[in-house]
Amino acid sequence: MNVVEIVTQVRAGERSAVSVTEESLGRIASHDGEIHAFLDVQADRALARAAAVDRTVAAGSDPGPLAGVPIALKDNLCQRGEVTSCASKILAGWRPPYDATVVSRLEAAGAIVVGKTNMDEFAMGSSTENSAFGPTRNPRNTSRVPGGSSGGSAAAVAASMVPLSLGSDTGGSIRQPAALCGVVGVKPTYGLVSRYGLIAFASSLDQIGPFASSVADAAWLLEVIAGHDARDTTSLVMDAPSLVDHLDDGVAGLRVGLCTDLLEGCAPDVTAKVRSAAEALSAAGATVTEIAIPELRYGLSAYYLLAPAEASSNLARYDGVRYGNRVDAEDVAAMNTATRTQGFGDEVKRRIMLGTYALSAGYYDAYYGQAQRVRTLIINAFASAYESVDLLLGATTPTTAFEIGAKVGDPMSMYLSDVCTIPTNLAGHPALSVPFGTGDDGMPIGVQLLGPALSEERLFRAASVLEAGAGS
Amino acid sequence: MSDATPIGTDDVVKIANLARLTLTDDEVSRFTEQLRSVLDHARDVAALDVHDLEPTAHPLGLVNVLRADIVEASLDRDEVLSQAPNVVDHRFSVPRIVGEAP
Repeated sequence: MNVVEIVTQVRAGERSAVSVTEESLGRIASHDGEIHAFLDVQADRALARAAAVDRTVAAGSDPGPLAGVPIALKDNLCQRGEVTSCASKILAGWRPPYDATVVSRLEAAGAIVVGKTNMDEFAMGSSTENSAFGPTRNPRNTSRVPGGSSGGSAAAVAASMVPLSLGSDTGGSIRQPAALCGVVGVKPTYGLVSRYGLIAFASSLDQIGPFASSVADAAWLLEVIAGHDARDTTSLVMDAPSLVDHLDDGVAGLRVGLCTDLLEGCAPDVTAKVRSAAEALSAAGATVTEIAIPELRYGLSAYYLLAPAEASSNLARYDGVRYGNRVDAEDVAAMNTATRTQGFGDEVKRRIMLGTYALSAGYYDAYYGQAQRVRTLIINAFASAYESVDLLLGATTPTTAFEIGAKVGDPMSMYLSDVCTIPTNLAGHPALSVPFGTGDDGMPIGVQLLGPALSEERLFRAASVLEAGAGS
Repeated sequence: MSDATPIGTDDVVKIANLARLTLTDDEVSRFTEQLRSVLDHARDVAALDVHDLEPTAHPLGLVNVLRADIVEASLDRDEVLSQAPNVVDHRFSVPRIVGEAP
Protein backbone atom coordinates (compact mmCIF):
# COMPACT_ATOMS: atom_id res chain seq x y z
CA MET A 1 0.00 0.00 0.00
CA ASN A 2 1.47 3.34 -0.92
CA VAL A 3 0.23 6.54 0.63
CA VAL A 4 -0.48 8.48 -2.54
CA GLU A 5 -2.56 5.60 -3.95
CA ILE A 6 -4.52 5.17 -0.74
CA VAL A 7 -5.24 8.88 -0.35
CA THR A 8 -6.20 9.30 -4.02
CA GLN A 9 -8.55 6.30 -3.95
CA VAL A 10 -10.13 7.12 -0.60
CA ARG A 11 -10.67 10.77 -1.49
CA ALA A 12 -12.27 9.79 -4.79
CA GLY A 13 -14.55 7.30 -3.06
CA GLU A 14 -13.04 4.45 -5.11
CA ARG A 15 -11.93 2.61 -2.00
CA SER A 16 -13.21 2.91 1.55
CA ALA A 17 -10.99 3.89 4.46
CA VAL A 18 -12.59 0.99 6.31
CA SER A 19 -11.31 -1.54 3.77
CA VAL A 20 -7.80 -0.03 3.85
CA THR A 21 -7.84 -0.19 7.66
CA GLU A 22 -9.15 -3.76 7.63
CA GLU A 23 -6.29 -4.76 5.36
CA SER A 24 -3.76 -3.19 7.74
CA LEU A 25 -5.35 -4.84 10.80
CA GLY A 26 -5.36 -8.15 8.93
CA ARG A 27 -1.62 -7.90 8.23
CA ILE A 28 -1.02 -7.10 11.90
CA ALA A 29 -3.14 -10.07 13.00
CA SER A 30 -1.28 -12.49 10.72
CA HIS A 31 2.29 -11.19 11.17
CA ASP A 32 2.64 -9.52 14.53
CA GLY A 33 2.61 -12.71 16.54
CA GLU A 34 6.06 -13.37 15.11
CA ILE A 35 7.38 -9.78 14.80
CA HIS A 36 5.95 -8.15 17.95
CA ALA A 37 6.05 -4.65 16.50
CA PHE A 38 2.93 -3.60 18.43
CA LEU A 39 2.32 -3.18 22.15
CA ASP A 40 -1.34 -2.27 21.59
CA VAL A 41 -3.61 -2.60 18.55
CA GLN A 42 -6.65 -0.31 18.50
CA ALA A 43 -8.83 -2.21 16.03
CA ASP A 44 -12.27 -0.94 17.10
CA ARG A 45 -11.16 2.65 17.45
CA ALA A 46 -9.36 2.53 14.08
CA LEU A 47 -12.38 1.10 12.26
CA ALA A 48 -14.67 3.72 13.83
CA ARG A 49 -12.29 6.49 12.70
CA ALA A 50 -12.11 4.99 9.22
CA ALA A 51 -15.90 4.88 9.00
CA ALA A 52 -15.97 8.56 9.94
CA VAL A 53 -13.52 9.34 7.11
CA ASP A 54 -15.78 7.44 4.69
CA ARG A 55 -18.80 9.43 5.86
CA THR A 56 -16.86 12.65 5.29
CA VAL A 57 -16.08 11.54 1.73
CA ALA A 58 -19.70 10.50 1.13
CA ALA A 59 -20.88 13.90 2.36
CA GLY A 60 -18.64 15.60 -0.21
CA SER A 61 -16.39 17.21 2.43
CA ASP A 62 -12.58 17.22 2.48
CA PRO A 63 -11.35 14.18 4.46
CA GLY A 64 -7.79 15.55 4.69
CA PRO A 65 -4.41 14.91 3.04
CA LEU A 66 -3.88 11.52 4.75
CA ALA A 67 -7.46 10.30 4.36
CA GLY A 68 -7.74 6.63 5.28
CA VAL A 69 -4.00 6.00 5.71
CA PRO A 70 -3.24 3.58 8.57
CA ILE A 71 -0.41 4.72 10.82
CA ALA A 72 1.34 3.30 13.89
CA LEU A 73 2.70 5.43 16.75
CA LYS A 74 5.75 4.81 18.88
CA ASP A 75 4.57 4.14 22.41
CA ASN A 76 6.14 7.35 23.76
CA LEU A 77 3.53 9.49 21.94
CA CYS A 78 0.55 10.41 24.11
CA GLN A 79 -2.86 9.49 22.84
CA ARG A 80 -5.80 10.56 24.98
CA GLY A 81 -7.43 7.62 26.72
CA GLU A 82 -5.25 5.00 24.99
CA VAL A 83 -2.55 3.03 26.82
CA THR A 84 0.84 4.76 26.48
CA SER A 85 3.60 2.97 28.37
CA CYS A 86 6.96 3.96 26.82
CA ALA A 87 7.57 0.19 26.97
CA SER A 88 8.14 0.59 30.72
CA LYS A 89 6.58 -1.20 33.66
CA ILE A 90 6.48 2.12 35.50
CA LEU A 91 3.90 3.47 33.00
CA ALA A 92 2.16 0.18 32.13
CA GLY A 93 -1.55 0.84 31.71
CA TRP A 94 -1.26 4.64 31.80
CA ARG A 95 -3.89 6.47 29.73
CA PRO A 96 -2.84 10.07 28.96
CA PRO A 97 -5.39 12.83 29.48
CA TYR A 98 -4.39 14.56 26.23
CA ASP A 99 -3.22 13.94 22.66
CA ALA A 100 0.27 14.74 21.42
CA THR A 101 0.12 17.49 18.79
CA VAL A 102 1.30 15.04 16.11
CA VAL A 103 -1.63 12.77 16.98
CA SER A 104 -4.15 15.64 16.68
CA ARG A 105 -2.63 16.67 13.36
CA LEU A 106 -2.70 13.13 11.98
CA GLU A 107 -6.32 12.64 12.91
CA ALA A 108 -7.30 16.05 11.54
CA ALA A 109 -5.59 14.96 8.30
CA GLY A 110 -7.74 11.82 8.13
CA ALA A 111 -5.01 9.31 9.08
CA ILE A 112 -6.10 6.20 10.99
CA VAL A 113 -4.06 5.33 14.08
CA VAL A 114 -4.05 1.52 14.34
CA GLY A 115 -1.87 1.09 17.43
CA LYS A 116 1.21 1.77 19.52
CA THR A 117 4.58 0.27 18.68
CA ASN A 118 7.27 -1.40 20.74
CA MET A 119 10.47 0.44 21.64
CA ASP A 120 13.42 0.38 23.98
CA GLU A 121 12.16 1.49 27.39
CA PHE A 122 11.97 5.31 27.45
CA ALA A 123 13.68 5.26 24.01
CA MET A 124 16.99 4.19 25.56
CA GLY A 125 18.58 1.59 23.35
CA SER A 126 19.52 0.58 19.82
CA SER A 127 17.82 -2.79 19.42
CA THR A 128 14.31 -2.68 21.03
CA GLU A 129 15.56 -5.43 23.36
CA ASN A 130 15.21 -3.03 26.30
CA SER A 131 11.40 -3.10 26.09
CA ALA A 132 9.81 -4.28 29.33
CA PHE A 133 7.37 -6.26 27.15
CA GLY A 134 9.80 -8.35 25.07
CA PRO A 135 11.82 -7.62 21.94
CA THR A 136 10.66 -6.86 18.40
CA ARG A 137 12.07 -9.03 15.60
CA ASN A 138 13.43 -7.78 12.29
CA PRO A 139 10.91 -8.69 9.55
CA ARG A 140 13.78 -9.34 7.09
CA ASN A 141 15.25 -12.00 9.39
CA THR A 142 13.52 -12.75 12.66
CA SER A 143 16.69 -13.81 14.48
CA ARG A 144 18.01 -10.25 14.06
CA VAL A 145 17.14 -7.06 15.94
CA PRO A 146 15.12 -4.36 14.15
CA GLY A 147 17.36 -1.67 15.64
CA GLY A 148 16.07 0.88 18.09
CA SER A 149 14.84 2.59 19.94
CA SER A 150 11.91 2.95 17.47
CA GLY A 151 12.24 -0.71 16.40
CA GLY A 152 8.52 -1.45 16.46
CA SER A 153 7.68 1.49 14.20
CA ALA A 154 10.40 0.46 11.72
CA ALA A 155 9.35 -3.21 11.75
CA ALA A 156 5.65 -2.36 11.33
CA VAL A 157 6.42 -0.53 8.08
CA ALA A 158 9.01 -3.10 6.91
CA ALA A 159 6.46 -5.91 7.37
CA SER A 160 3.80 -3.88 5.45
CA MET A 161 1.54 -3.88 8.49
CA VAL A 162 1.15 -0.11 8.03
CA PRO A 163 2.34 2.22 5.25
CA LEU A 164 3.47 4.86 7.78
CA SER A 165 4.60 5.16 11.36
CA LEU A 166 6.08 7.73 13.70
CA GLY A 167 9.16 7.38 15.86
CA SER A 168 11.42 9.65 17.86
CA ASP A 169 15.14 10.23 17.32
CA THR A 170 17.40 11.37 20.17
CA GLY A 171 20.68 9.88 18.93
CA GLY A 172 19.57 7.88 15.88
CA SER A 173 16.44 6.11 17.10
CA ILE A 174 14.60 6.67 13.79
CA ARG A 175 17.46 6.42 11.27
CA GLN A 176 19.22 3.38 12.77
CA PRO A 177 16.15 1.06 12.84
CA ALA A 178 15.08 2.38 9.42
CA ALA A 179 18.46 1.31 8.03
CA LEU A 180 18.39 -2.11 9.73
CA CYS A 181 14.81 -2.85 8.57
CA GLY A 182 15.18 -1.46 5.04
CA VAL A 183 12.75 1.47 5.22
CA VAL A 184 13.03 5.27 5.01
CA GLY A 185 13.48 7.11 8.32
CA VAL A 186 13.73 10.86 8.83
CA LYS A 187 15.03 12.90 11.76
CA PRO A 188 13.77 16.44 11.06
CA THR A 189 15.43 19.69 12.17
CA TYR A 190 15.11 20.22 15.92
CA GLY A 191 11.95 22.29 16.45
CA LEU A 192 10.33 21.50 13.09
CA VAL A 193 7.86 18.98 14.57
CA SER A 194 6.07 19.76 17.83
CA ARG A 195 7.10 17.56 20.75
CA TYR A 196 4.00 18.36 22.82
CA GLY A 197 2.92 14.94 24.07
CA LEU A 198 6.20 13.19 23.33
CA ILE A 199 7.40 11.62 26.58
CA ALA A 200 10.73 13.34 27.22
CA PHE A 201 14.08 11.50 27.19
CA ALA A 202 16.74 14.16 26.44
CA SER A 203 14.92 17.39 25.68
CA SER A 204 17.70 19.22 23.84
CA LEU A 205 18.02 16.28 21.41
CA ASP A 206 14.60 14.58 21.02
CA GLN A 207 12.71 15.00 17.75
CA ILE A 208 9.69 13.18 16.24
CA GLY A 209 9.89 11.95 12.65
CA PRO A 210 8.42 9.60 10.03
CA PHE A 211 9.04 6.05 8.87
CA ALA A 212 7.76 5.05 5.43
CA SER A 213 8.44 2.52 2.70
CA SER A 214 9.25 5.28 0.20
CA VAL A 215 10.81 8.75 0.21
CA ALA A 216 7.60 10.27 -1.18
CA ASP A 217 5.46 8.72 1.57
CA ALA A 218 7.84 10.05 4.24
CA ALA A 219 7.66 13.54 2.70
CA TRP A 220 3.87 13.35 2.62
CA LEU A 221 3.76 12.51 6.34
CA LEU A 222 6.36 15.09 7.41
CA GLU A 223 4.39 17.87 5.69
CA VAL A 224 1.35 16.97 7.81
CA ILE A 225 3.11 16.87 11.19
CA ALA A 226 5.57 19.77 10.74
CA GLY A 227 4.92 23.43 11.54
CA HIS A 228 4.63 25.69 14.55
CA ASP A 229 2.77 24.65 17.68
CA ALA A 230 2.25 27.14 20.51
CA ARG A 231 2.15 24.24 22.98
CA ASP A 232 5.84 23.44 22.43
CA THR A 233 8.17 26.28 23.40
CA THR A 234 10.95 24.72 21.28
CA SER A 235 8.75 24.73 18.17
CA LEU A 236 10.13 26.86 15.32
CA VAL A 237 7.82 29.68 14.28
CA MET A 238 7.33 28.65 10.66
CA ASP A 239 5.00 26.70 8.39
CA ALA A 240 5.63 23.14 7.27
CA PRO A 241 8.16 23.01 4.42
CA SER A 242 7.04 22.08 0.91
CA LEU A 243 8.67 18.71 0.23
CA VAL A 244 6.40 16.62 -2.01
CA ASP A 245 6.36 19.19 -4.81
CA HIS A 246 10.18 19.15 -5.05
CA LEU A 247 10.85 15.42 -4.84
CA ASP A 248 11.65 15.14 -8.55
CA ASP A 249 13.79 18.27 -8.79
CA GLY A 250 16.98 16.21 -8.86
CA VAL A 251 20.46 16.98 -7.55
CA ALA A 252 22.10 18.67 -10.53
CA GLY A 253 24.59 21.24 -9.24
CA LEU A 254 24.24 20.12 -5.63
CA ARG A 255 27.54 19.84 -3.72
CA VAL A 256 27.66 16.59 -1.75
CA GLY A 257 30.42 15.79 0.74
CA LEU A 258 31.19 12.09 1.19
CA CYS A 259 32.11 12.25 4.87
CA THR A 260 34.97 9.84 5.54
CA ASP A 261 34.45 10.17 9.29
CA LEU A 262 30.95 8.71 8.82
CA LEU A 263 32.53 5.59 7.30
CA GLU A 264 35.15 4.96 9.95
CA GLY A 265 34.72 1.61 11.65
CA CYS A 266 32.02 0.58 9.17
CA ALA A 267 31.92 -2.92 7.71
CA PRO A 268 33.27 -3.20 4.14
CA ASP A 269 29.85 -4.00 2.65
CA VAL A 270 28.36 -0.87 4.26
CA THR A 271 31.24 1.31 3.07
CA ALA A 272 30.90 -0.07 -0.45
CA LYS A 273 27.19 0.84 -0.56
CA VAL A 274 27.84 4.38 0.65
CA ARG A 275 30.46 4.77 -2.07
CA SER A 276 28.05 3.53 -4.73
CA ALA A 277 25.44 5.94 -3.39
CA ALA A 278 28.00 8.71 -3.93
CA GLU A 279 28.42 7.52 -7.51
CA ALA A 280 24.65 7.51 -8.03
CA LEU A 281 24.43 11.13 -6.86
CA SER A 282 27.36 12.05 -9.05
CA ALA A 283 25.77 10.35 -12.07
CA ALA A 284 22.62 12.42 -11.40
CA GLY A 285 24.61 15.65 -11.66
CA ALA A 286 25.76 16.34 -8.11
CA THR A 287 29.35 17.32 -7.43
CA VAL A 288 30.67 14.77 -4.95
CA THR A 289 33.87 15.37 -3.00
CA GLU A 290 35.37 13.60 -0.01
CA ILE A 291 35.36 15.61 3.18
CA ALA A 292 36.87 14.92 6.60
CA ILE A 293 35.19 16.24 9.77
CA PRO A 294 37.39 14.67 12.45
CA GLU A 295 35.52 16.39 15.28
CA LEU A 296 32.53 14.08 14.68
CA ARG A 297 34.41 11.25 16.36
CA TYR A 298 33.86 12.94 19.73
CA GLY A 299 30.08 12.96 19.28
CA LEU A 300 29.44 9.54 20.80
CA SER A 301 31.26 10.25 24.07
CA ALA A 302 29.71 13.70 24.42
CA TYR A 303 26.26 12.27 23.73
CA TYR A 304 26.59 9.54 26.34
CA LEU A 305 27.25 12.21 28.96
CA LEU A 306 24.68 14.80 27.79
CA ALA A 307 21.70 12.54 27.02
CA PRO A 308 21.89 10.59 30.32
CA ALA A 309 22.28 13.89 32.22
CA GLU A 310 19.07 15.21 30.67
CA ALA A 311 17.37 11.84 31.15
CA SER A 312 18.26 11.70 34.83
CA SER A 313 16.44 15.00 35.26
CA ASN A 314 13.47 14.17 32.99
CA LEU A 315 12.87 10.77 34.60
CA ALA A 316 12.83 12.22 38.12
CA ARG A 317 9.09 12.75 37.52
CA TYR A 318 8.42 9.00 37.80
CA ASP A 319 7.98 9.00 41.53
CA GLY A 320 4.74 7.09 42.00
CA VAL A 321 2.71 10.19 42.89
CA ARG A 322 0.76 11.69 39.99
CA TYR A 323 0.64 8.97 37.32
CA GLY A 324 2.07 5.60 36.50
CA ASN A 325 2.49 2.76 38.93
CA ARG A 326 3.37 2.86 42.62
CA VAL A 327 5.02 0.35 44.91
CA ASP A 328 3.76 1.11 48.42
CA ALA A 329 6.14 1.67 51.32
CA GLU A 330 6.01 3.24 54.78
CA ASP A 331 7.00 6.78 53.80
CA VAL A 332 7.30 8.88 50.66
CA ALA A 333 11.03 8.49 50.09
CA ALA A 334 10.83 4.70 50.46
CA MET A 335 7.79 4.64 48.14
CA ASN A 336 9.66 6.69 45.50
CA THR A 337 12.65 4.36 45.72
CA ALA A 338 10.65 1.12 45.63
CA THR A 339 8.55 2.41 42.71
CA ARG A 340 11.59 3.38 40.64
CA THR A 341 13.62 0.30 41.55
CA GLN A 342 10.84 -2.06 40.44
CA GLY A 343 9.50 0.11 37.62
CA PHE A 344 12.67 0.84 35.60
CA GLY A 345 14.71 -1.69 33.62
CA ASP A 346 18.51 -2.01 33.69
CA GLU A 347 19.31 0.31 30.77
CA VAL A 348 17.13 3.10 32.17
CA LYS A 349 18.82 2.69 35.57
CA ARG A 350 22.26 2.80 33.92
CA ARG A 351 21.47 6.03 32.10
CA ILE A 352 19.90 7.67 35.13
CA MET A 353 22.98 6.81 37.19
CA LEU A 354 25.40 7.91 34.47
CA GLY A 355 23.57 11.22 34.19
CA THR A 356 23.37 11.68 37.94
CA TYR A 357 27.12 11.07 38.13
CA ALA A 358 27.92 13.47 35.24
CA LEU A 359 25.88 16.19 36.96
CA SER A 360 27.05 15.56 40.51
CA ALA A 361 29.22 17.91 42.56
CA GLY A 362 32.88 17.52 41.68
CA TYR A 363 32.21 15.94 38.27
CA TYR A 364 29.92 18.51 36.62
CA ASP A 365 32.68 20.53 34.92
CA ALA A 366 34.75 17.51 33.97
CA TYR A 367 31.89 15.58 32.40
CA TYR A 368 28.73 17.58 31.68
CA GLY A 369 30.42 20.95 31.15
CA GLN A 370 33.15 19.45 28.97
CA ALA A 371 30.58 17.56 26.87
CA GLN A 372 28.60 20.78 26.33
CA ARG A 373 31.74 22.47 24.98
CA VAL A 374 32.42 19.50 22.72
CA ARG A 375 28.86 19.91 21.45
CA THR A 376 29.82 23.44 20.37
CA LEU A 377 32.97 22.04 18.73
CA ILE A 378 30.83 19.66 16.65
CA ILE A 379 28.31 22.37 15.71
CA ASN A 380 31.19 24.59 14.54
CA ALA A 381 32.74 21.74 12.56
CA PHE A 382 29.45 21.10 10.74
CA ALA A 383 29.06 24.83 10.03
CA SER A 384 32.50 24.93 8.49
CA ALA A 385 31.77 21.83 6.36
CA TYR A 386 28.52 23.34 5.10
CA GLU A 387 30.44 26.31 3.73
CA SER A 388 31.82 24.03 1.02
CA VAL A 389 29.06 21.40 0.59
CA ASP A 390 25.25 21.45 0.57
CA LEU A 391 24.77 17.94 1.99
CA LEU A 392 26.82 15.21 3.61
CA LEU A 393 26.64 11.53 2.79
CA GLY A 394 27.72 8.70 5.09
CA ALA A 395 26.69 5.41 6.60
CA THR A 396 23.64 5.24 8.88
CA THR A 397 24.95 2.25 10.85
CA PRO A 398 28.37 0.55 10.99
CA THR A 399 26.89 -2.89 10.18
CA THR A 400 23.66 -4.54 9.08
CA ALA A 401 21.23 -5.79 11.76
CA PHE A 402 22.91 -7.87 14.46
CA GLU A 403 21.58 -11.00 16.16
CA ILE A 404 19.10 -10.67 19.02
CA GLY A 405 21.09 -11.03 22.26
CA ALA A 406 24.48 -10.21 20.69
CA LYS A 407 25.03 -6.89 22.48
CA VAL A 408 22.67 -6.79 25.46
CA GLY A 409 25.39 -7.68 27.96
CA ASP A 410 27.82 -5.01 26.76
CA PRO A 411 26.25 -1.52 26.80
CA MET A 412 29.30 0.16 25.26
CA SER A 413 29.21 -2.05 22.16
CA MET A 414 25.47 -1.33 21.85
CA TYR A 415 26.13 2.42 22.13
CA LEU A 416 28.61 2.20 19.25
CA SER A 417 25.68 1.33 16.92
CA ASP A 418 24.78 5.04 17.10
CA VAL A 419 28.19 6.44 16.19
CA CYS A 420 27.14 7.72 12.75
CA THR A 421 23.75 9.15 13.75
CA ILE A 422 24.55 11.00 16.99
CA PRO A 423 26.39 14.09 15.63
CA THR A 424 23.24 15.27 13.83
CA ASN A 425 21.23 15.35 17.06
CA LEU A 426 23.95 17.29 18.88
CA ALA A 427 23.74 19.96 16.17
CA GLY A 428 19.93 19.94 15.93
CA HIS A 429 20.19 19.29 12.18
CA PRO A 430 18.02 17.09 9.93
CA ALA A 431 19.18 13.77 8.48
CA LEU A 432 17.55 10.75 6.90
CA SER A 433 18.32 7.14 6.13
CA VAL A 434 17.29 5.66 2.79
CA PRO A 435 17.61 1.95 1.89
CA PHE A 436 20.42 1.30 -0.58
CA GLY A 437 20.72 -2.38 -1.34
CA THR A 438 21.76 -5.22 0.93
CA GLY A 439 24.91 -6.41 2.66
CA ASP A 440 26.86 -9.65 2.33
CA ASP A 441 24.34 -11.30 4.67
CA GLY A 442 21.37 -10.22 2.54
CA MET A 443 20.20 -7.73 5.17
CA PRO A 444 19.26 -4.14 4.26
CA ILE A 445 21.81 -1.32 4.26
CA GLY A 446 20.77 2.30 4.70
CA VAL A 447 22.80 5.30 3.64
CA GLN A 448 22.53 8.55 5.53
CA LEU A 449 22.10 12.05 4.13
CA LEU A 450 22.77 14.97 6.46
CA GLY A 451 22.20 18.68 5.98
CA PRO A 452 22.23 21.96 7.87
CA ALA A 453 19.17 23.17 9.80
CA LEU A 454 16.00 23.28 7.66
CA SER A 455 17.56 21.63 4.61
CA GLU A 456 14.82 18.97 4.47
CA GLU A 457 13.79 19.80 0.91
CA ARG A 458 17.35 19.17 -0.33
CA LEU A 459 17.65 15.95 1.71
CA PHE A 460 14.42 14.56 0.25
CA ARG A 461 15.47 15.43 -3.32
CA ALA A 462 18.76 13.59 -2.88
CA ALA A 463 17.01 10.68 -1.17
CA SER A 464 14.66 10.36 -4.17
CA VAL A 465 17.65 10.05 -6.48
CA LEU A 466 19.19 7.35 -4.26
CA GLU A 467 15.89 5.49 -4.01
CA ALA A 468 15.66 5.38 -7.81
CA GLY A 469 19.26 4.13 -8.05
CA ALA A 470 19.16 1.64 -5.18
CA GLY A 471 18.31 -1.33 -7.36
CA SER A 472 21.31 -0.90 -9.63
CA MET B 1 39.01 14.03 34.25
CA SER B 2 41.67 11.98 32.47
CA ASP B 3 43.62 11.57 35.68
CA ALA B 4 40.51 11.18 37.85
CA THR B 5 40.10 7.91 39.74
CA PRO B 6 37.76 5.54 37.92
CA ILE B 7 34.19 5.26 39.17
CA GLY B 8 34.01 2.74 42.04
CA THR B 9 31.32 0.77 43.84
CA ASP B 10 31.03 3.48 46.53
CA ASP B 11 30.26 6.07 43.85
CA VAL B 12 27.61 3.82 42.31
CA VAL B 13 25.90 3.24 45.65
CA LYS B 14 25.93 6.99 46.27
CA ILE B 15 24.49 7.98 42.88
CA ALA B 16 21.86 5.21 43.05
CA ASN B 17 20.74 6.69 46.36
CA LEU B 18 20.63 10.20 44.85
CA ALA B 19 18.54 8.84 41.98
CA ARG B 20 16.19 6.98 44.38
CA LEU B 21 17.22 3.50 43.23
CA THR B 22 18.13 0.47 45.33
CA LEU B 23 20.73 -1.91 43.90
CA THR B 24 21.60 -5.45 44.92
CA ASP B 25 25.28 -6.24 45.51
CA ASP B 26 25.43 -8.00 42.14
CA GLU B 27 23.94 -4.95 40.43
CA VAL B 28 26.43 -2.64 42.13
CA SER B 29 29.39 -4.57 40.76
CA ARG B 30 27.87 -5.05 37.29
CA PHE B 31 26.77 -1.40 36.93
CA THR B 32 30.14 -0.18 38.24
CA GLU B 33 31.95 -2.13 35.55
CA GLN B 34 29.56 -0.97 32.80
CA LEU B 35 29.59 2.69 33.83
CA ARG B 36 33.39 2.58 34.05
CA SER B 37 33.54 1.33 30.47
CA VAL B 38 31.35 4.23 29.24
CA LEU B 39 33.34 6.79 31.23
CA ASP B 40 36.62 5.31 29.94
CA HIS B 41 35.36 5.89 26.41
CA ALA B 42 34.68 9.52 27.38
CA ARG B 43 38.37 10.11 28.07
CA ASP B 44 38.84 11.24 24.46
CA VAL B 45 36.41 14.07 25.17
CA ALA B 46 38.17 14.92 28.42
CA ALA B 47 41.51 15.23 26.64
CA LEU B 48 40.26 17.93 24.25
CA ASP B 49 41.21 21.53 24.85
CA VAL B 50 37.88 23.29 24.41
CA HIS B 51 38.10 25.81 27.25
CA ASP B 52 37.70 28.71 24.81
CA LEU B 53 34.38 27.38 23.45
CA GLU B 54 31.03 28.33 24.95
CA PRO B 55 29.01 25.35 26.21
CA THR B 56 25.88 24.49 24.18
CA ALA B 57 22.88 23.51 26.28
CA HIS B 58 20.38 23.69 23.46
CA PRO B 59 20.58 23.78 19.64
CA LEU B 60 18.14 26.69 19.20
CA GLY B 61 19.63 29.08 21.76
CA LEU B 62 16.27 29.32 23.51
CA VAL B 63 14.76 32.47 24.90
CA ASN B 64 11.64 32.52 27.04
CA VAL B 65 8.45 31.92 25.10
CA LEU B 66 5.36 33.41 26.68
CA ARG B 67 1.76 33.11 25.60
CA ALA B 68 -0.85 35.83 25.90
CA ASP B 69 -2.31 36.11 29.39
CA ILE B 70 -5.73 34.75 28.44
CA VAL B 71 -7.65 32.05 30.27
CA GLU B 72 -7.71 28.79 28.30
CA ALA B 73 -9.15 25.36 29.00
CA SER B 74 -6.78 23.09 30.90
CA LEU B 75 -6.78 19.34 31.46
CA ASP B 76 -9.90 17.81 32.99
CA ARG B 77 -9.24 17.31 36.71
CA ASP B 78 -11.08 14.02 37.06
CA GLU B 79 -9.43 12.60 33.95
CA VAL B 80 -5.99 13.50 35.31
CA LEU B 81 -6.73 12.12 38.78
CA SER B 82 -8.14 8.90 37.31
CA GLN B 83 -4.56 8.00 36.32
CA ALA B 84 -2.98 8.67 39.72
CA PRO B 85 -1.93 5.71 41.89
CA ASN B 86 -3.88 6.99 44.90
CA VAL B 87 -6.38 9.85 45.21
CA VAL B 88 -8.21 11.15 48.29
CA ASP B 89 -10.77 13.99 48.08
CA HIS B 90 -9.68 15.05 44.57
CA ARG B 91 -6.03 15.23 45.65
CA PHE B 92 -2.97 13.09 45.01
CA SER B 93 -2.39 11.00 48.10
CA VAL B 94 1.05 9.87 49.31
CA PRO B 95 2.37 7.96 52.32
CA ARG B 96 3.68 9.76 55.38
CA ILE B 97 6.24 12.48 54.59
CA VAL B 98 7.54 13.40 58.07
CA GLY B 99 8.20 11.10 61.00
CA GLU B 100 6.41 10.96 64.36
CA ALA B 101 7.30 13.67 66.91
CA PRO B 102 9.99 12.39 69.27
